[in-house]
Amino acid sequence: MVEVPGLRTCAVAAALFAAVAAHAETPSDIARTYEATARQASPGFAGFSAERGKSFFQSPHGGQWSCSSCHTDNPLAPGKHAKTGKAIKPLAPAANPERFTSLAEAEKWFKRNCNDVLDRTCTAQEKGDVLAYLTQLGRPEKR
Amino acid sequence: MTRTIRRVPLVATAACVALAASAMLATEAAAAPAASDAWRAECASCHVAFPARMLPARSWRAIMDGLERHFGADASVDAPTAASIRTFLEANAGRDRSPGEPTALRITETRWFRHEHDEVPASVWRSPKVKSAANCAACHADAESGRFGEHDVRLPR
Repeated sequence: MVEVPGLRTCAVAAALFAAVAAHAETPSDIARTYEATARQASPGFAGFSAERGKSFFQSPHGGQWSCSSCHTDNPLAPGKHAKTGKAIKPLAPAANPERFTSLAEAEKWFKRNCNDVLDRTCTAQEKGDVLAYLTQLGRPEKR
Repeated sequence: MTRTIRRVPLVATAACVALAASAMLATEAAAAPAASDAWRAECASCHVAFPARMLPARSWRAIMDGLERHFGADASVDAPTAASIRTFLEANAGRDRSPGEPTALRITETRWFRHEHDEVPASVWRSPKVKSAANCAACHADAESGRFGEHDVRLPR
């Protein structure tokens, strides 16, 4: 067989392109992006906390709505839009594997929903905390 | 012999370019889905996919101009998606039935809607199963697929 230099590189590059095209991001990829941003924003960044994410998720932050208003206090279960009543699929990736598989999609919803709940954008720390809370739901505890 | 070996990288390069090109096309297709897909994905995530024909183009333009404050919620989308949805809505909008009047932002505000629903008793509108006049699916079981025929209507009890 003739060894063709570059063919392997080509195959790897094509596979990479295909992966990007299919938006094959994972919740951990998205968490890493938020971590990098949070670290940049605050040198004292000490990681994300599922516990903090949970209380953030359930708090109305002084307004009318909390995240739970639509997603319920159990993000493993389906939710319901507080205003229109339209069904919302579960938010926790353990119950709905489509969640947090695209950074762009996650960013779109954080922008909209943080505006609705907090009347401002969320920080990377807050988004990372919420993501940590959602991803540990329905999973066996890490030792 | 040397000629054959030389030709292999050429063929390989061509194949690689073709592969990369098709991968890039796929990426582009993923970034810019069909306008009707963008419309359904974005507009039907919080409420029924209200058909474009139910409002005139000037109403859709006003709605698309105010997505950050969309009936009390932020419904903003990125610029390319917004442009694609706007084009779709304008292309499929209904005719302007009341050109002199202020631009309707709600389907339920239009004279046409009120006329179509004038036989619906007030008790139905007040029913907790209806909750809002925008909840088409409470009575129109096929609302999500855009079918609003009279024989498909079932008033909740």
